[in-house]
Order: sequence, then structure tokens, then C-alpha cells
Amino acid sequence: MLDVRGVSKRFPGVLALQDVSLTVAPGEVHALVGENGAGKSTLIKVLTGVYTPDEGQVLLDGAPVSFGSPREAQNAGISTIYQEVNLVPLMSVARNLFLGREPMLPGGLIDFGRMHREAAQTLARFGITVDVRRPLRSLGLGAQQMVALARAVAVDAKLLIMDEPTSSLEPREVQTLEAVVRDLSAQGIAIIYVSHRLDELYRLCDRVTVLRDGRGVHSGKLADLDRLHLVSHMLGRDPAAVSREGLTGFEGHHDTDAEPLVSVRGLTRRHVLHDVSFDVRPGEVTGLGGLLGSGRSETAKAVVGALPLDSGTVTIGGRRLRRLNPAAAIRAGMVLLPEDRKAEGIVPELSVRENIVLAALPRISRFGLVSRKRQDRIVETFMQRLRIKAASPEQPVGELSGGNQQKVLLARWLCLHPRLLLLDEPTRGIDVGAKAEVQALVDELARDGLAVVLISSDLEEFVEGADRVVVLRAGAVTGELTGDEVTEAGIMAALAGEQA
Amino acid sequence: MTDLALPRTARLSAALPQYGVYAAVLVLLAFNAVFTDNFLTGANLRTQLIQVAPVLIVALGMAMVIGTEGVDLSVGSVMALSAAALPLYLGYGMWPAIAMALLTGVVVGAVNGLLVAVVGLQPIVATLALLVGGRGLALVLAEGRLKQIENADLLALGSDDLLGIPVVVVIAGLLSLAVGLLVSRTTYGRQLVAVGGNRAAATLAGLPVRRVLLGTYVLCAVLAALAGVLATARLTASDPSAIGNLMELSAITAVVVGGTPLNGGRIRVLGTVAGALLMQLLRATLISHNLSDSTAQMVQAVIILGAVYLARERRR
Repeated sequence: MLDVRGVSKRFPGVLALQDVSLTVAPGEVHALVGENGAGKSTLIKVLTGVYTPDEGQVLLDGAPVSFGSPREAQNAGISTIYQEVNLVPLMSVARNLFLGREPMLPGGLIDFGRMHREAAQTLARFGITVDVRRPLRSLGLGAQQMVALARAVAVDAKLLIMDEPTSSLEPREVQTLEAVVRDLSAQGIAIIYVSHRLDELYRLCDRVTVLRDGRGVHSGKLADLDRLHLVSHMLGRDPAAVSREGLTGFEGHHDTDAEPLVSVRGLTRRHVLHDVSFDVRPGEVTGLGGLLGSGRSETAKAVVGALPLDSGTVTIGGRRLRRLNPAAAIRAGMVLLPEDRKAEGIVPELSVRENIVLAALPRISRFGLVSRKRQDRIVETFMQRLRIKAASPEQPVGELSGGNQQKVLLARWLCLHPRLLLLDEPTRGIDVGAKAEVQALVDELARDGLAVVLISSDLEEFVEGADRVVVLRAGAVTGELTGDEVTEAGIMAALAGEQA
Repeated sequence: MTDLALPRTARLSAALPQYGVYAAVLVLLAFNAVFTDNFLTGANLRTQLIQVAPVLIVALGMAMVIGTEGVDLSVGSVMALSAAALPLYLGYGMWPAIAMALLTGVVVGAVNGLLVAVVGLQPIVATLALLVGGRGLALVLAEGRLKQIENADLLALGSDDLLGIPVVVVIAGLLSLAVGLLVSRTTYGRQLVAVGGNRAAATLAGLPVRRVLLGTYVLCAVLAALAGVLATARLTASDPSAIGNLMELSAITAVVVGGTPLNGGRIRVLGTVAGALLMQLLRATLISHNLSDSTAQMVQAVIILGAVYLARERRR
């Protein structure tokens, strides 16, 4: 039904998709999996007409198609449901359902009577009984997702692409959604299902395509592939032959018998984190492990107060933080190197100097006046120590390479002399040399007694860097690996949810 | 990577938005020196500077607000409020009256700031409310009437000289210097620019984002209130229905033409001064060549578009 043949898509500097092929039969639920940057969203955008492939062909029902716009793809029978609900929150449920194809009365008026009746009937099939005249936003997220689904299917879809449809749903709503998916597949609709929740994939999907670094690395029946092998395809590691060659800048593990410096207890936020608790000891690197969407970044953000919580406490050095916000966390000595360097880290127009001293401004100021001399001293020290390569401290940080930007951010935190350093993907998107330097630096900092929390999708880095691993799945802690258990095989097994 | 490697046109287009406004001011002065009679005379320059002073003072505050990726549409209404408050308290003397006038700025600025920083409204919406409501309140305070100013101290503020320079101009100059130092040298100033440049990063870096935003809106409104006081003193009457009309647009124009990007993260104080001067000189030039006010407005529009276009190029 859908036949994708050797599709490639190039962006300036990156090959986002390389010779990817994928076939989906009518009535088949096809899982599409891969870590961040594997090319899933690019592939979906090619299928929905957002991007045109540079090479390769997309065949629908045997005929080659080329969509110039998302609308053309929709008219050809490809509907998409995104992670976030893409509807009009203030319009009524019925209007959303029929948006753009409202039943008409003669004279160009909308036949509201018929629209409401039909909307109620359609939604009942999806297990939703609400007043369809209510504005959409008055519904729960799960119900909104169902409306989106009903709408997507109602437009005579042949192929339905679901991009993480359950990421914001309650367990009960997930069940309803799964039932609907089965029902749709029984009607002969082909479904491409993107999700990071392995349980769901195994319950729903017939076949699977695994993408990694823009290539299709595996295609086949999902039942033939156990979780461990699925995860190993996603991460690109062979579970059988885990060789330890010491390719990272980390040198062995650290002592782990110190008293915990930071105690995190019961971090909870609806749909995101469920009762996450763990300890971090000084002089040790604690890894937060988990697949994408497991809540690892959210946990790190919650610890420094950058993610509002429903409940939970953070204690550092025996003192419980009464209010969790970034400023309070920084005062207590807890800092986070965020995952998204560009969006949450650097201020691109400001100079290297100003980016480094940004968080330290109050400490190097007197009566609100910033001391230039103290700034220069800090900047000089850290540019040397971290070997930051810039034309001068006055160069805008946006012009630096990724690795140097990351070092600037590290300098921003290190000049505050923190007690806990949380690193979310510290080496993503930076070149090999800078990567080893950053890794060696983290190693050195831990040796000097800093408590470090590390999040990394780079399994090698993770295994060699972390002394202990707290495993997260679906926003909850599912286990902890210590000492000899911290191996690639052990971590992959824990991520996959199987006993090692 | 370095400037030298760039082709000539790229270097020019990088330099234009930065220095274009100064060049334009010089070109305009040169043009007038040759083609306009009695332009480069002390009396005329004096008039030009006096006229530009209130716009410049408002624009200084506007530049800071725009630096936070915001905008303040209520500045004209704040001028009206301050002008309306002034005569009510002149009975206690000039200083208490000015203090009360500036207080109106503090109040409006605090409301703007709270709406933006705490409630989370879009700056354009929050300050639009005060643009409409502020002038209404000003007319209520003034009972809808124009009031003559009789206080000698206040009138002197509008007409006296200090070392041969009009007091109004001296104040505008000193404020430009003060705002320049505030932005470039103080903790607050650097935090302000960081908040505008990347709010998420500023929050994660533990900056007091809300306090910075609040402070900026208050400062902007206080500067506008001061402009209201000076304009009233100059006019020798408090006229809340006319004072500061369309001032928000003149101020935004000066800021944008001066090279401050609307998407925040950079504030050009000197550029704002030049931007205000440029728009003033431009109008004076067109009028002295007997072009109508409406033509002058159209030329202004072209200048604004040009400035924004150049700024857009630079971001690439």
C-alpha cells in the first residue's frame, strides 16, 4: 500500500535520510523507532508532503506520488496525528471534527443540526460521549487526542501516521486509543506508529522499521525481535560483542562510598514524572539512563527547579530547598547544562565573556555595577582551563563551534563553584576532539569531589562515564545499576525492561 | 571566518545597520548645509534639539523595553497622565508636583510590567490596554481641560539655558549617558540584554527574569512621565488630550532606525539618539523645502522600512 523506496533527504551539512525504504500493507500497524536525530520526523515530513525527497520514490497504492504540500498528502489519503493536538482549542468539538468539510445547508450556511448529530455518532465509536458543542479545550488531553484521531480517520484516510500519540495520555486513555488503533487496522487502514514506549509497540505493532543516523538499520516482524535486540538496533550497539576499548575521555570509575550530597525524593508531575527518587554522592558520576521520553531530561530540569512539579523535594547537604526555582537551585550550588544548547543555553548575540559571567553577575558586582576586572579574570581563567577557542573574549558566542559553545556554558557554571553539576547530553553535536576534552573535564571534576549527574544517548560515554546508573522508564525509576552492572549489556537490558 | 574574508558587499551590509544611521544624520546635515538656507544656524539647531528632546527621552526607555523583546505602547498615555497630574500638585511647589507626575509613570510601568512578567500577557496587548485606559484617566484627572502653567520654576525648566544649552536638551543628553551606562555597565543592564536575547537561557542561569522585566517597564514609563513634564513645561500648559499623541510610534521609529533589533537581545543607546535626531532632521528638512507634513510622513515610512530591512539582513 505504502512503498517508500530508497529515499534520501539532505539538509545543509547533514544527510538526514539516507536510502531509507519502508513498506506498509493495508491493515498493518508498522512501528517506526529510533533515537533523537535518527530521521523519524524527517521521514514523516517526507510522507506528509512537508519535505520533498532529494532521491528515491514514495509509492501509494503502486503509483508514485510526490506531494507539494501537506494538503496534497491529505487529499491522497495520508493523515497524521501529532504529539501535540493540532486543532482549534476555542472552537466546538463538532466544528473541529468537521473543520473544512462542514455539512452545508442551501445558501452556504453550516447545517449545525446535522453536524452535531454526526459528530456525536462518530465520537461515540471512539468511546467519547461529550457535548459536541463544548469548546475543544474544555476536554481532557486524551479526549482531545481522540477528536484529532477521529478527524484524521474521518477524512477517508488510507494511511494514518501517529507520532507519539500517547505521550500525554493517562493509562486509561492509552487503552482506548489502542483499541481504536486495532479497530482501524481491522478496517484495512495502514498505520505507521511512532512511539518510544516499547510496551505499546509490542502490544500494537506487526512490523517494525528501526532508523539510526538517517538510515534504515532494521526492518521486519516485531514479534521476531526481542526488546534487547530492538534497543541494540536503536542505539547501534551489538549486545553480544560488547568490547571495552576505552574510546572516551573517561578514565575508570570513582569511589562511591561517600554520604549522598543530594537527595531527590518523590519528584512528581502529571504525565511526566512519577515519584522519582535517587541520591547523588560527591565525587561520583550518577547516570540518568532511559530512552527518549523516559523523563531523564525532565528529571534533571526538575532538580534545578526549571520544571514545575506537583510534588517532590530536593535536599542538598542536608538542607531541603523550600522553593525550587533555578535561582534558588544555583544559590544552593546546583546547576544544569541543558540538553538544547541553542534554545536554553547560550545567548547568541552576547560575547563569550558575557555568556561566561552571566550567572555570576551578582557575585562580581558591587552596588549593581559589574566589575570589569573581575570579569576578565574569570573569563581568562576559564578560557585557558577549558581551552575555549574564540577570536577574542568579545566574539559573539553564536559564532563559535558547538564544542566551544558547550565549553562556554561549562565555564558559566564552573565559575560559580557548584556542588552538583547536571549534564544533559554534554557532548551531543560537538566534534570528537572537544568531546574527549569535555569528558576528561567531567572526569577531573568528579575526582575533585564534585557531584555529577550525567545524561547521555551515547552509550559508550554513558557506560564509561557513569559510576552508577538510575534507570528511568515512562517517567518512573525502574532500577539502579552499580559497579560491575554498569555495562552496555546491563544498561541496554535495563532500558529494554528485561532482566539482565 | 574573519571579516576580511567576506566579500565587499557582505561587509557593507553588515556595517550599514550598525553605522548607517550615523552616516544618514551626517548626509542630511551636509545636504542642509548646502541646500537649505539658515539651517546650520545656532537658532535652528537649538529648535531642532529642543523638539527632539522629549522623543529621545521616551525612546531611551523604549529601547530598553524592545531589548527585552517587548514593546511599550502606553508611553504617550503616560505623558498625558503625567501632564495631567502635574498642575494638580503645583500648589505644593515644582518638586512635589514633578514627583507626583513621575509617580504616575511608576504606577503605569508597574502595571505593564506585572501584566507582562507575572500574568504573562503579550507586551503589545498589555501596554495597549494602558494606551487606551491611560489617556482616558488623564482626561478624567484634568477634567478634560487644558490648564495654563503659572509656576515660574516649572516654566523655567522649559525655557532656561544651562551653559547656553536649553535645560531640556541637557536633561536628554544626561539621560542618554545614564541609560548607556545602565545598559552596558550594570548587572541589571547585562541581565536585561540576556533576558531579551534568550529568555529560557536566562531563566536557567538563575537570572531574576521577572524582576528585570518589571524594572524595565517601570523605567520606560518613568522616562515617558518625565518627557510629559518637560513637554508640558515647554508648552506652558498641561494638555492631556494632545500631549504625547502617537509618541509610541515616534519612539519605536527612533529605536528601530537606530539599529536596535525588535527581537531583543541588543540595545543601541547611541543609535537610538541618532535615530531620534535623524527623524527630527528629516522632518525639518522636508518641511523647510515646502513639502507637506503628509509627504514627510511617507518619507518616514520609507526610512523605517529600510531600517528594518537592513536589520533583517544582518540576522542571516
